[in-house]
Amino acid sequence: MLNHFFHTQLQLGLAQAAVAAFAAFAVVLLARRRGIHLEGETLIAMLRGLVQIIAVGSVLVILLRAPRWTSGFLLTAMIVAAAATSARRAKGLPDAFRVSSWAIALGAGFVIALMTFLGVIDTAMTSLVPVGSMLIANAMNTNSLALNRFRSDVLTHVGEVETALALGAEPRNSVSPYVQASFEASLIPAIDSLRSLGIVWIPGLMAGMLLSGARPVYAAVYQFVVLAMIFAASGLTSLTSTLLIRGGVFSKAEQLLLQPGKS
Amino acid sequence: MAATPAPSPDAVILRAEHLGRTVPGKVLVQDIDFAVRRGEVLALSGPSGSGKSSLLRLLNRLDEPTSGTVFVEGVDYRNIAPRELRRKLGLVTQRPYLFPGTVADNLRFGPAQRGALLSQEAIDNLLSEMGLQGYSGRDVAHLSGGEAQRVSVARTLANSPLVLLLDEPTSALDDAAKLEVESSIQKVVRDQSLTCVVVTHDIAQAARLAHRALLLDFGRIVRAGSVSEVLHA
Repeated sequence: MLNHFFHTQLQLGLAQAAVAAFAAFAVVLLARRRGIHLEGETLIAMLRGLVQIIAVGSVLVILLRAPRWTSGFLLTAMIVAAAATSARRAKGLPDAFRVSSWAIALGAGFVIALMTFLGVIDTAMTSLVPVGSMLIANAMNTNSLALNRFRSDVLTHVGEVETALALGAEPRNSVSPYVQASFEASLIPAIDSLRSLGIVWIPGLMAGMLLSGARPVYAAVYQFVVLAMIFAASGLTSLTSTLLIRGGVFSKAEQLLLQPGKS
Repeated sequence: MAATPAPSPDAVILRAEHLGRTVPGKVLVQDIDFAVRRGEVLALSGPSGSGKSSLLRLLNRLDEPTSGTVFVEGVDYRNIAPRELRRKLGLVTQRPYLFPGTVADNLRFGPAQRGALLSQEAIDNLLSEMGLQGYSGRDVAHLSGGEAQRVSVARTLANSPLVLLLDEPTSALDDAAKLEVESSIQKVVRDQSLTCVVVTHDIAQAARLAHRALLLDFGRIVRAGSVSEVLHA
């Protein structure tokens, strides 16, 4: 329908973005009627996302002509940005940015480096940057989920944690049930994506490969490859962040720093 | 008059010196000085928010003092490893917070943290002291409030603490359970000549359990002496 009103690709794209944003904002307004206020955060996130993706799209043309080694800088910048975004979700957790940086760098960074070295990811900018960014973005989401769940579990079980400490438990033992629960919960999206691949959704990468003329079987297999890499990167990220954060919520004198009202 | 035997006249086992804790915008505990002798039961009393529980948390070093310190058998507790200190100063909280599993699993928890295995005989003895004979294999999910609190006391005793810190152990219980728990605590404190610091706002309970009392208000000690001197003044 929009095709009838907008004749250039740019106009059509902006119109499509407006309609999609309207749909997203309609949900926010529905939530508002139930007393859940997401207006400000959603509006800022949508505007920010749109500006960022347009900016990246604009410089992509230049970047794609840049030497291959520059992709390393680009992916590093993405990891730092992802860590900063994720850390903001972990209010009250000490050292959240440092933990997120290490976790995403070790999780996504390691998988990207290994897979590139093994030839699973092509070293061309057109391949390495988009696939790498997918891994980093998913690692960021997993990290946010893990930290958020850990924070909320510990805050609701302060009594249990301090009881274990008072009985002489090592700090890491006193929070181990919540570390495990956070790790498992954070991987639910990655596991569900793998499980439902091809049945519930056909991811954009595969659709893009098909449109650009790749053989359907190869496009399908490569989509599986990407999801498996996402799972590996996310799992390693979550494992790292939960291991690092479990010690970070205690003082040197093994006192629980995370307390209701402090976060 | 307290039902527990008279304390040893000499050995001071626990001593707080100018102990205090301030958090932004609030003084929780201020300039607290007291000593507890071996076998003595000391009651901490005072209105809600007077700093009783905050003081007990400082004694167990679950919170860090912002001034002063505590000496355990003459040693500054900042020089004792936190885990070792917490085993020495066993804390029983207001709510029991039992871990999922059986009663025996809970009793084994403390000793297991230092790599020791609590024997079945030791478990049975501890449960017997608390009036819970035959409860060893019971799932903690099926215990009443009073039973759970007695398991919590037994679990702390499984670490063989030097001093037992009790934070209003009966305040969350109904009258029947309260008497059950109190008489179990009284029995075990008397039988083992335990040194004990008990937080309570129940004057009658303080009189039944303690030799001495401190009355706190606004985080400070406002009166100290025998239970009758302090709480009936």
